[in-house]
Order: sequence, then structure tokens, then C-alpha cells
Amino acid sequence: MVMPDAERLCLALAEHLRTGLHPDTALVGIHTGGVWVAERLHAALGLKTPLGTLDVAFYRDDFSRSGLHAQLKPSDIPFDVEDRPIVIVDDVLYTGRTIRAAMNEIFDYGRPARIDLAVLIDRGGRELPVCPRWVAHALTLDPDKNLQLERSDAGVLSLRLIDA
Amino acid sequence: MRNPQLNSHGELQHLLTIDGLPREILAAILDTAAPFTEVAEREVKKLPLLRGKSVFNLFFENSTRTRTTFEIAAKRLSADVINLNISTSSTAKGETLLDTVDNLCAMQADMFVVRHAASGAPFLIAQHLAAMGLEHIHVINAGDGRHAHPTQGLLDMYTIRHYKKDFTGLTVAIIGDLLHSRVARSQIHALTALGVPELRVIGPKTLIPTDVAQLGVRVFHDMRAGLKDVDVVMMLRLQNERMQGALLPSPQEFFKYYGLTADKLECARPDAIVMHPGPMNRGVEIDSAVADGPHAVILPQVTFGIAVRMAVMSMLAGN
Repeated sequence: MVMPDAERLCLALAEHLRTGLHPDTALVGIHTGGVWVAERLHAALGLKTPLGTLDVAFYRDDFSRSGLHAQLKPSDIPFDVEDRPIVIVDDVLYTGRTIRAAMNEIFDYGRPARIDLAVLIDRGGRELPVCPRWVAHALTLDPDKNLQLERSDAGVLSLRLIDA
Repeated sequence: MRNPQLNSHGELQHLLTIDGLPREILAAILDTAAPFTEVAEREVKKLPLLRGKSVFNLFFENSTRTRTTFEIAAKRLSADVINLNISTSSTAKGETLLDTVDNLCAMQADMFVVRHAASGAPFLIAQHLAAMGLEHIHVINAGDGRHAHPTQGLLDMYTIRHYKKDFTGLTVAIIGDLLHSRVARSQIHALTALGVPELRVIGPKTLIPTDVAQLGVRVFHDMRAGLKDVDVVMMLRLQNERMQGALLPSPQEFFKYYGLTADKLECARPDAIVMHPGPMNRGVEIDSAVADGPHAVILPQVTFGIAVRMAVMSMLAGN
């Protein structure tokens, strides 16, 4: 299966978002791939609120099964969440569990005005009632496949299909 | 024999001592602690990692700071925390240590944080849990006798790394009553494992264990000589309540020779940091001017201690 060009999808996603955003909207990228996409969107849209980042490891629902993974990144929310519209940005949307964890984490910083979701790829397979507002590309993958966003040393994003 | 702290996958099951822990696990604990420091800045200072877990603080010896920071750490992880001040309860009525543990296991304990005057008590509990097939219950040593105080050693390492970034170029001095100090033992094992090239201990002959040089440290009895060009000054508390017999003429004389004053500190590097595990005896091992001075990082140590204990508890609970 040929994967779509991730850089082009980032540009397309930025165009989708451009019309629907409030001036105070803050983007929050989910480590690691979601942060890369959020950085692209933040630059393309020229948002004035600084970019937020989340590592949802502390909020995952499979912690008691799989423990903490090795390379935790600190979450960084450099703006006041209270009453602010927020867009969660992730690379690949699958079960929706990561998004559930991210929303829980955001609420520990305050009560946002609203939360929307923007993703590069929607691969189907939802296990929670999570519906993105913006999707750059939708496709259906078998559960034995994983889609990963990668970044080259030169900073170029690409999508890779691997066995789960 | 397998390291009793590690499970069959080589992951941390209990934290009993730093001695024998591989550098990778020490580094992983310090790395994991870093994102936990940020939680203190939030509106809601809570993470759900230990939700539904019961953490029992078993303190057979008095402690304020260690017990409180363990309690805060567990509460910030959403655990239910039960504090048992055992010096005034069952043991006084004649119950054995392991009977106390069995009773708490019957109350669905998930983790024990243990402080005990007897060296090896937390190890005994871990061994007992394994024999009872209760491997899912974790034990953290919060200080046992003269043996170890691993979370103190780890929070000290976190503090050093925070200010000095790298261990491999440092000269570190541990000063004071090493003979009675479980803190010093944990510090020496951790500093050695993390690659500190020059480790010194400074104190009077009566308070330095005779075999300490075997741990790879240089022994100084003259404080100024020992402090020369030091990057990190780690003070120890003069353990008055542990002092037996005539090891010291008087606290005043100790202060004269081994108390950290601004004057003596000038022998160290200009950017040296001064640490102390608390509680401090001002005017005995450290002068107030130093304790409150620009080199002191004693209060940040306490704050980092919460993040380090959160990291240890989360890693154990996830393994």
C-alpha cells in the first residue's frame, strides 16, 4: 500500500483548520508525532498562543498492564486553559484511547471553552466515541498493522506502515 | 542469586537499596522523575497512575519529611495512603513485623513504604511477600538502620544532575557522620554507579567507617583539604540520637572542625552546590549563613524528592 505524503497532508490539514479557528485557539500536540504535526500547523496558521505539548503516558488506561514507557516527555501547557478553545493534534487516530487520555490531562490544567480534534490520518477502529473535526486523510487498516509518522534528520515527515 | 529488587524480566520490583542496581535503572528513575516535577505547577496536582491502589506508610521509626514526601507523592498519583505510626501501635503490643505485614496484606495493600531501625527489615518483608506468593505487592525502603535510604540517594542524584548536568567530571565530598549514616551509603553507591570520578568523604576518624576506602572513596580528616575544588558538598546530619559512647567531645568542637562555614566553603569551587538531607542541626554540622546562602540547594532537594518518589512508585506499580 502506498502511503500518502505526510508533508502534503500537513498543509492540507492547515487549510482545513484555517477557516474554523477562534483567535484565542491553542493547539496541543500529543507526543511524539502529534507534536510534529502541531508544529507544522502552528507555523502555517500563524497562531499567537504558544504551542502546547502532552505526553499522555500518565493518563493511559493500559498503565496497569504495560507500565510506563522509557522515554517520557514532560507535558508543557504554556497558556491558561480556562475558557480557551483548544485543538488537540495527533498524527494517527485509531482507538480513541489516546485522545480520551489527552482530554483528561487537559482538564487537570483548567476548564477549556471547547476541545476539537485534528488528525493527519484517521485509520478507523474506534473503541471510544471520539470523532475528529478535521481529518487530512482517512483510510481503513487491519488491526495487525500500525501506521507511524517518522521524521528524518532533515526534519521531513513521512508515514510508514509496520506490523503491529 | 537474582537481585531481590528485580523481577524475572530484570525490572524493578522493590526498591530496597541502590547497591547493586545497574546504572541503566538509576538513570531511568532520574529520567522518569523529570516529567513528574511539572505536575506541581498544575491547577490539579494529581495523576491517575495509582488510582485504586493502597499505599501503606509503615514507619517503625519517627520521620516527618520522608513520610510526608512519600505521602504527597502517593497522593499526587491518586493512591489511597494509609499512615501507620507503628512505634506507638501493634508492635508495642507485641506483634511481630511479619504479622503486621500479613494483616495489611489481608487489607489489600499494594505497596509498602517501610522505615525501620533494623537494617534489612524492608528486605525481610520483600522476601516474605515472595514466599507468600504476593509478588504483586511492592516494597520501598524509606530508611533501614544504618543500611540504606535509597530514595534519599536518588533525590540527591536528581538534584546534582539538575544543577551540574553530568556526573562524569565531578568532584563530590560527603561530610560528617558517615558511621551512622544510611544516607551516605546510598549516596556513595549511587555516585559510583553514575560515574563520579572523584568521591571524597570528610570527617573525624571516630565517625568514618574503617573500611569505607574499599568503596572507592578518598578519606580526608582535614575539612579544608577535602573541600579543595569540590563541585558538590553533601553534608550529613550529626546523628545525635544514634551516638553511643564518646565518639565526639562535643557538638561545639565538631562544628569547629567539621561544621560547614562560609569560610571553609571558599575552598570549594565558586559554583559549588551545598546539599543536606535534613533535618539540619544549625551550628553543629552547618552554619546558618551557608544553609541559607546562595550555594545551598537544600529546599529544592525536598521538592525534587516528591518527583523522584512519584517516579519510583509509578515504575514499581507498572512492573
